[in-house]
Parts: sequence; structure tokens; C-alpha cells
Amino acid sequence: MNKALLEVSGLSMRFGGLLAVNGVSLTVREKEIVSVIGPNGAGKTTVFNCISGFYTPTEGTILFDGEQVQGLKGHKIARKGMVRTFQHVRLFKDMTVIENLLVAQHLQMNTNLLSGFFKTPSYRAAEDRAMQNAAFWLKKVNLLEMANREAGNLSYGQQRRLEIARCMVTHPRLLMLDEPAAGLNPNETKELDELICNLRDEFDVSILLIEHDMSLVMGISDQIAVINQGTPLASGTPAEVRDNPDVIKAYLGEA
Amino acid sequence: MNKPIYSALFSAVVMLILASFLLGVDLETQGITLIPELAGDQTWLAIGLATLVVFLFQLFREQIASLIKLPSLPSIDSMLPEEGPKRTKLTRIAVALVIVGMFIWPFFASRGAIDLATLTLIYIMLGLGLNIVVGLAGLLDLGYVAFYAVGAYTYALLSLYYDVSFWVALPISGLLAALFGFLLGFPVLRLRGDYLAIVTLGFGEIIRILLNNWTELTGGPNGISRIPKPDLFGLEFSRRAKEEGNVPFHEFFGIPYDASHKVIFLYLLAVILVLITVYVIHRLTRMPIGRAWEALREDDIACRSLGLNPTVVKLTAFTMGASFAGFAGCFFAARQGFISPESFVFIESAIILAIVVLGGMGSQVGVILAAILLTVLPELAREFQEYRMLLFGLMMVFMMAWRPQGLVPMKRPHLELKTHE
Repeated sequence: MNKALLEVSGLSMRFGGLLAVNGVSLTVREKEIVSVIGPNGAGKTTVFNCISGFYTPTEGTILFDGEQVQGLKGHKIARKGMVRTFQHVRLFKDMTVIENLLVAQHLQMNTNLLSGFFKTPSYRAAEDRAMQNAAFWLKKVNLLEMANREAGNLSYGQQRRLEIARCMVTHPRLLMLDEPAAGLNPNETKELDELICNLRDEFDVSILLIEHDMSLVMGISDQIAVINQGTPLASGTPAEVRDNPDVIKAYLGEA
Repeated sequence: MNKPIYSALFSAVVMLILASFLLGVDLETQGITLIPELAGDQTWLAIGLATLVVFLFQLFREQIASLIKLPSLPSIDSMLPEEGPKRTKLTRIAVALVIVGMFIWPFFASRGAIDLATLTLIYIMLGLGLNIVVGLAGLLDLGYVAFYAVGAYTYALLSLYYDVSFWVALPISGLLAALFGFLLGFPVLRLRGDYLAIVTLGFGEIIRILLNNWTELTGGPNGISRIPKPDLFGLEFSRRAKEEGNVPFHEFFGIPYDASHKVIFLYLLAVILVLITVYVIHRLTRMPIGRAWEALREDDIACRSLGLNPTVVKLTAFTMGASFAGFAGCFFAARQGFISPESFVFIESAIILAIVVLGGMGSQVGVILAAILLTVLPELAREFQEYRMLLFGLMMVFMMAWRPQGLVPMKRPHLELKTHE
């Protein structure tokens, strides 16, 4: 068994009178792909927002690499190596593809103002490294020809891939994907499937996934957590989850 | 179809009423009372004709509109050569020529023209500075003139109380304006859009009212006068040196005194300040910090998810933008020799904002062109007297209808990818 990278236990999120998430626990081990599934409105994205620091959870603990991170601000969590995508693609639409990737490397570049004004060798080297890293990932997601296009002009599938590349240039340890296959055609979904597996195998990232596309989830997940109406319903390997009568009931209704 | 007829009649009546009151009556003075009298026949004829034109235009508006399609302005891009190394070389030559031209021009131009050019350069600096906040970071700032005032008063007060010279005051003005930008940044961090605009508007007014009422320090509405002009390495541009031991410029070089030396010197100083501003901001937009500003404008949630701290990014935009206004203000005070809160009213903020919007948000070339347009055109239109502002307003309306993206929309930098395989 690999070491646990992300451990969420007893996570609850209350919005006024609404308990959107109630006692959800899940664990992502290193180099593992874990999926969170559930019917619409089950609270999957809320769980994501709590983990990635966009919400402060009402209760529960989140351990990232053994360190408590619940309640930290979003950008702090991202700096620890947990980077996410969004259900509705959030690119910097008026900026070019390559600029999107350079913004993401803002922290890695870490150059001071003066060196940038005078284009010192160290500044050039940092900029060069960032460009090469960006080029590498553009090639990986097959967008190299689009490098100088504005991100908003890409097709939907390309935008989805760019969003993943933008996360990957930051060298994350945990990649959180919120419905990455939504709006993709079967072909693109297959490519995404391969890309996600490749990210895990080649770059040692763990992946936490929210997805509706069952074939994708069942095919690539190591573990699956099912949430229904904010409460955990079942968890286990894809085979266990598929045969769980509660899950079938939640998805298909009472027979 | 009697709808156009009604609207045409209505327009004509409105026109007639307005014109009758505005133009058709002359005021005669008899002693201390004003007696309204009907204007001459010619005026009334003109009013009648104008009313007829309005009526006919409204009646046949649709037909006229379909006849004359508004010709679209030629795109600037099509006039420029293709992207690539050839283009960058050409642009470099063009930029170099323009810069050289700017340095040679004042020696052949009239004093009034140089003065106007200096004023234009101040507005260019202000426009470029506000462009950081509004154009790049997307934070609508309606109180930008406050930082301009901070810069101007910094120099004026320092020279008044502590006899600080222009060159020492220049960086202090920039820093102090930046500090004010930073301070304003804090309370508005959570705000965006309209709310932000209102708070910045209030900030601008607070600074102006403070300057107006703190009479002991700032002289209130009387302002501060006799602010010394900048010197050139200790050489003053006056007929006689004001300070003991100083030599005036003309004596040092053994040339006869000429008041235009000072004007040209101020102009050249402004050119240098603007060139520095342009270079610094050009670099900023290609640096991580500049890209972060734009990313924040585009999507602050995505920014956070990538580890960018929106608070820091916003504050740097406010601070940087304000510092340029501070420099511009310091120069303004030195050039005018006199400042009062009157110079820093809301309309100034509005004009600077108009420069940014008209030029094209985020675009440096656009902002420079718009600053020239907005300062030179009102001067050229002086012969139209009271219709000047009307023409000015009309031009802005047409510009926005024609090119809502601005004169020269911002172009994304083309970045060459080097893939070492």
C-alpha cells in the first residue's frame, strides 16, 4: 500500500440550514486515482471546494501529506501542491494559451522586479525554463500549434486539456479534476482517459476525480467514493461499488 | 406607418423649443438689468432651417441609415506588416524615429505647441498609470486623480516647508503616491466592479476636500504658488539665479536669456519621464507580475486555484498604478509653479479614464494616441468656442460606437516557443 497523501475525515459543510456535506471521508494514496461519484446535487463539488480551500468546512479534518490544511485559503493550498480544475472551465480567456501556462508558473519563476526590468541572465533563464515547461505540457496535451491563440478561441475539448496542462505546469502532487469529461465526445473522453492514466504513471501525481461518465470512472479508478445527498453512501474498488445495492438504488431508483 | 411621423414631429418641436430659448433670445443690458429681446431674423431663419432638417432626418432616418452605412475604420493591424522578425525590426526603427523626432521637434516648434505637448505628455503618463489598474488588472478606479494630487502636493509642500529640490522630491512623490495606493488598496480588496468604483470615487473626493480644507498646511483653495521649476544639474532656467551661488543656464553656456529654454527643458524632461514609464510598463506586462494582473482581471477564482494570492496581486496593481500618477503629479506641480485643489477635481479622473477606455484597455499605443487626441483636440477646437465640449462629447460617442474595443486594442505578445527535443 502506498502512503496516504490526502486524508479527509468527517467532512461536513453547512450553508445556513442546509447540510450540503455530512461526514464525508476519503483517502487518496500516492499514485492513486480516486473518484467521487454521486447523483446531481449530491455535494461532490462542495467536497472539492472544501478540500481546495474555496470553502471553510464546518467540521472535519483534511490532512495533506500529514499536515492539517482545512480552513487554509485557496492559494495557500494550491502552493502545497493540490491543484484543481473546475466544472465549468476557468481559463484566462483573453490571454494566449502559452500565457495561461506562464501565469500558472508565477510562483516557480519567483523573480524580483528589477531583474525583470533589465532582463538579467537569471531572469531570462527563469523565463526560458518556464517556456520550456509550458512547451512540454502543450505537447503532452496536443496543443502545441495553438500556443499563441487566445484561450477563449479554443474548442471546448481543447480548453479542457489546456486547463489540465495549466495545473500540471505547477508540478502538483495531487490533481483534482471536477468533471473533466463533461461536454467531451467519446473520442475525446478516451484521450482524456489515457492522459489521466499517463499523468499518474509518468509524473507520479495522485488524482482525485469527480465524474459522471461511468465508463471513464470504472475504467481508471483505483478507489471510488459514492456520495448521495451529502452523505457517504459507499466506497471501495470499482467492482465493489458497482455491485453495491445502495448505489444502484441511488442511481436507478427503487426497483 | 405613421410612427416615424410622430417621432419626427416630436423631435422637431423639441428642437424648436430648445433652440428658441437658447439661440432665439438675446439679452440686452439696460443699466444693471437684463432685458430679453428676440434675436434677429437671420437667427430665426437658421432655427427654422435646423428644425426642418431635424424633422426630415427623423422622418427618413431608416432610409438614410441604409443609404450610408457607417464605414468601418480601417484596422490598424492591416496597415502594419505581418507578424515576425521583419515586423519587430520595422517597429523598432519606427519607435526609434519617433523618439528622435520627439527630441528634435521642440527646437523648431512654437512655444504654445511645446506647452501643449508637455501637457499631453503628463496625460500620457497618467493614462499609462491608470491603464495598469483599469486596463490590465481590471479594477475600475474613479479616483485616480487623488494620487496625482498626492504627487503634486508632495513636491509643493516639501519645497515650501523644507526647500526640497525637484529631483529629490520626484522619487518621494512616487513613493508617497504608491503608499496611498497601497492604503486605498486595503479597504477595497473585497470589492469589485461598481462597488470598487464608488469607493475609489469617494477616495478621490476625500483627498481633494482634505486639501481644500486643511488650510494651515496646504493653503486651502488658495493653493500653493511659486513652486520652483526643476533645474538641470544645478543650472536654473530663470533670468537670475534665485539661490545664492547658482548659475542660470544661459549664463553657464554664455547664450542670451530666452524664456523658451525653460519650456523646452520641461518638455524634454516630460519626454524622458514618459519614455521611462512606457518602458517600465512594457516590461511589467511581459513579466510574471503583469501576467498575474491580467489573470486576475480574467478570473480571480482560477488565480487562487493556481496559488496566486489575489490580495497581493491587487495591491501591487494599485500601488504601481498610483506611483506613476505620483511622478506625473510632481512634474505637474513643477511645471505649473502653482497648484490648488481645483486641478484635481473628478473630471480629471474621468478624462484619464476616458483616455484608457478610448485608447483600448491594456494597450499602451492606444492609450498614448488617446491621450494625444483628448488633449490636442479640445485645443484645436477652440475656435468653436462653447461648442467645443459638445464636439468633444460627440466624438467620444462616435468613437465608442465605431470601435468599442478602443483605438488600438491590446495585442497579445507573441511568444516564441523553443522546444529542445
